[in-house]
Amino acid sequence: MFSLEMSKEQKMIKSEVARLVKNMVIDKAGDMEDEKQIPPDSIQKAWELGISVSAVPEEYGGFGMTDSPMTTAIILEELAFGDMAFAIAATLPSMVISPLAAMGTKEQQAKYLPVFCSEQYPECTLALNEPHFEFDPIQLKTTAQKKGGAYILKGTKCFVPMAKTASHIMVAASENGSNSLFIVEKDTPGLKISEREKNLGMYSLESYEVTLENCEIPAENRLGGETGCNYDLFLQKTKIGMSALGTGLSRASFEFAMNYARERVQFGEPIVHKQSVAFMIAEMAYEVDAMRLMTWKAASALEAGKDAKREAFLAKLYTGDMTMKIVDFGVQLLGGHGYIREYPVERYYRNGRGISILESMATV
Amino acid sequence: MICLELSKQLKQSRKGLHDLARDVFRPISRKYDDQEHEYATELEIFRPMTAQRAEKKDSGPQKDTAETKNKKKSEQPKDHNLASVISVEELSWGDLGLMLSIPGAGLGNAAISAVGTPEQKAKYSSKWAAMAITEPESGSDSASIQATAVRDGDEWVLNGEKIFVTCADRSDIVVVWANIDPSAGKAGIKSFIVEKGTPGFKLEHLEHKLGIRASDTGTFVLKDCRVPKRNLLGSAEIKKKKGFAGVMQTFDNTRPTVAAMALGVARAALEYTKAKIEESGINFDYNKSVNRISSLEKDFYIMESNLEAMRLLIWQAAALADAGIRNSLQASMCKAKAGKAGTEIVQKCCDLLGPLGYSQKTLAEKWMRDVKITDIFEGTGQIQHLIVARQLMKLSSNQLK
Repeated sequence: MFSLEMSKEQKMIKSEVARLVKNMVIDKAGDMEDEKQIPPDSIQKAWELGISVSAVPEEYGGFGMTDSPMTTAIILEELAFGDMAFAIAATLPSMVISPLAAMGTKEQQAKYLPVFCSEQYPECTLALNEPHFEFDPIQLKTTAQKKGGAYILKGTKCFVPMAKTASHIMVAASENGSNSLFIVEKDTPGLKISEREKNLGMYSLESYEVTLENCEIPAENRLGGETGCNYDLFLQKTKIGMSALGTGLSRASFEFAMNYARERVQFGEPIVHKQSVAFMIAEMAYEVDAMRLMTWKAASALEAGKDAKREAFLAKLYTGDMTMKIVDFGVQLLGGHGYIREYPVERYYRNGRGISILESMATV
Repeated sequence: MICLELSKQLKQSRKGLHDLARDVFRPISRKYDDQEHEYATELEIFRPMTAQRAEKKDSGPQKDTAETKNKKKSEQPKDHNLASVISVEELSWGDLGLMLSIPGAGLGNAAISAVGTPEQKAKYSSKWAAMAITEPESGSDSASIQATAVRDGDEWVLNGEKIFVTCADRSDIVVVWANIDPSAGKAGIKSFIVEKGTPGFKLEHLEHKLGIRASDTGTFVLKDCRVPKRNLLGSAEIKKKKGFAGVMQTFDNTRPTVAAMALGVARAALEYTKAKIEESGINFDYNKSVNRISSLEKDFYIMESNLEAMRLLIWQAAALADAGIRNSLQASMCKAKAGKAGTEIVQKCCDLLGPLGYSQKTLAEKWMRDVKITDIFEGTGQIQHLIVARQLMKLSSNQLK
């Protein structure tokens, strides 16, 4: 039965996240950019909400709740409304915990989940993007070769958040054309972490290039063991995650620009009294709704246990392009002020390009 | 709980309507586009259905007590707004001009069933009712209509000219908007049931149009046209405050429907285009990276995602109405998006189809003509954007003109 009404639990967690974002993120995101750092205590506070561990069985340190892609999409939108870099940092452990919980072997779950599902924000991350222009998450250039009881990983990854301090990195690699995820521990010989990257957006999020030079890892570190993992499903979930981030970021740009345009007086009246301005705001409003609904449609299919390949693809395509349009409108509506870093729309504009380019920075 | 999947019943009725659109509308789609204004007698099969629906909606000439009101509510399925936009999508997929020509399903019928007295409902529920609002000098600005109605004894005397009336020729009656007190401005606007054949009521001519040619759009002239006092729809009382706003509120329900028309036509064009692309050997694969596909494929995916976005915005507006929540904002949002994106999609499909999109041998060129009306009638795209902005920012029509 078609319904857009959130459950009580969803309303509750949404308002909890919104409160955290209001208190610790929205007004501080600009300073975080300047300082190129997200305060660890605010990440820890977000971690304590239990977003990443709610669906992990209690025996491994989770809450043992039913996995809900829809609820996660709602949370991600809310976090990205505050700041996209914060949203990615706060939910980064999910990039490892979620595939482990869904596709790991019993042994892998027992070994790793209790480590990551502790009270302290765990240092683990995912390495998937690669630094070449025709990057395609299903045609990875990073390779994995089986050699006896080990795998040899070779390749270069980029945009790996918090790689420097990570105790474990989940690496996506192609094994004779089929893709898998591998757990690589810190200090594995051949694992090289670059200097911190400098990117278009998300100055506050530490990220690194990671090089794997014939990195040898035990064969049992292949996610899902002999069976491997459902990489397609993993990508579907991260596409929906990125779409949710795009929705939240776009909503932030839309609301800020709208409020500004209501206050900004030129020619003796607020500029929203001009149709050319009002029409841009109207378009932003319905496109933000459309982005959210596209994201929910894909999450809803997953939640119903269906394949969401088409829905996730369309959601990411739509939100990727549309986010860029909305953040562009955000800067444009503020005019010269939109170009000055004093206002957040400048940051939204830089971050916005990431929704279409970046893969697997968030998951539902 | 949030769920974007349709119920079994809705999926079933959707399938039934789709078959009907495919088997009844599609085969005669070109014929009635060519033979503009000719009534498609094939549509007579709908007459019993619409009559039955009208009967269901009406409990006859008795008063609407709380009890009968509740009864009516329970008879209507909880998701009837959603069901309605889904039906319109399917039938418009078949043919928009024919969909607009379904006997007994005129806009006038909707008005009578919404605000008519029990007597009016009883007398006219089986009639096919058109709606006459627009005038040569009054388009989107419905409040500026010049037609007048003056009380003379037991009659109203109507004068004015009405244009762009859908089902002008084939309808039995017309609901005409006129002002009973021009000094009161838009608060004086009321609607009147005018029967065909009333002296002074003349169908002046039918329009030749860009698209939806199966639908007979016409101009009426009212010259000292006398209708009985009881033919005024609703109350004759002039409410300065909310009168006209109340009238405009009825558009909250019809806008998602018009948006669904855009959706249906755009989907028809997109499905046809997809089939042709696939025939040429290209396979659509949602696993591919959008940076590694041809521009043709990318164009297609962008259109497909826009079609999905249109549909979800329409369903959002309908679902709110079904939940009893005021949806003026969402109704205008979905119409704004669907009119624009729908028109763009069909234009682009014709482009991608090349010669097939320019020839009358296929229906694509017809869809491109048909879809354009959805960004115009029931409030142009520009009007929808104005309404969305006004609603969002609580601006009056004086502040945001």
